Amino acid sequence: MEITTRALWTLIHGMGFGALYLLACSGALVEIYRRYFPGAANPTAPEDENFLKVYLVAMCVLAWLTVLTGAYIIYPWYRAVAPAGTVNFAAFPQKLLQSNPAVSGWHSLGMEWKEHVAWLVPISITMAAAVVIRYGRDLRNHPQLRAAVLSFTLVSFLAAGIAGYFGAMLVKNAPVEGGQVIHLMHGE
Amino acid sequence: MKKQEPSIPAISAVLPNGSGAAAILSAGIGSFMLAFFAIAADKSVFLKKLFVFYKPTGPLSGVTILAILIWLIAWGILEGRWRNRTVALGCINAVALLLLGLSLLLTFPPVAELF
Repeated sequence: MEITTRALWTLIHGMGFGALYLLACSGALVEIYRRYFPGAANPTAPEDENFLKVYLVAMCVLAWLTVLTGAYIIYPWYRAVAPAGTVNFAAFPQKLLQSNPAVSGWHSLGMEWKEHVAWLVPISITMAAAVVIRYGRDLRNHPQLRAAVLSFTLVSFLAAGIAGYFGAMLVKNAPVEGGQVIHLMHGE
Repeated sequence: MKKQEPSIPAISAVLPNGSGAAAILSAGIGSFMLAFFAIAADKSVFLKKLFVFYKPTGPLSGVTILAILIWLIAWGILEGRWRNRTVALGCINAVALLLLGLSLLLTFPPVAELF
């Protein structure tokens, strides 16, 4: 069983940072709604308050790590230009997709959308975290701030879902492979 | 014996909403600029070359770095102006959410290609 360094980075980017962000997002939406809406049963305890702030900061870190590893580590491998005369495009995923009309849409729609929409995620969640850190329990007194924080967090969830879906489909149709081979274990 | 409830400090005096409004509007501006620069780089060969800040990543590097810079600068300016003020948040929310919605729409390639 082995994996290449490029495939490992893709795994860290998608299944590590990206998928973890998506999982965390639903929790953040529920918690922000549950804690700060006027119908909430009790005021939040300070320790509980700090937990949500740390949780949102962790989401920010995940969101930034996802887009930065995607744009500056994996994307250059994806869009690498094949030397003239190359016949086998296995090491050039963008070219591999564009060379076959049956799958070229995964680049022209999937990657073209993913590479931009993904950046809405860290911008939105950084804003949400900043507002929750600044206002804390006082958000109960600011219905419009609460609504904006929830809306931006929801859009970040949607944008991360779009990026994640197309990321998974791109890996399926034209995986980013290459680099050093890491042997994980020997088969029987 | 009745279990004692943990003491929870009373909610502090209401903070002015200006700081939150600054964060919300600047996030909307940053998101929209990202979509705007992405379309601009796609339509103009000159801008496409200009936006290559890091060659392996191509124009995406310039598009995202510029949008993030504008977002952070806008946030800093608005925070400085609104920090201690109460502003008309309904209007600001509407603008910010409109910008965010537009950015989501404009990054969708079939829509971006209409320009």
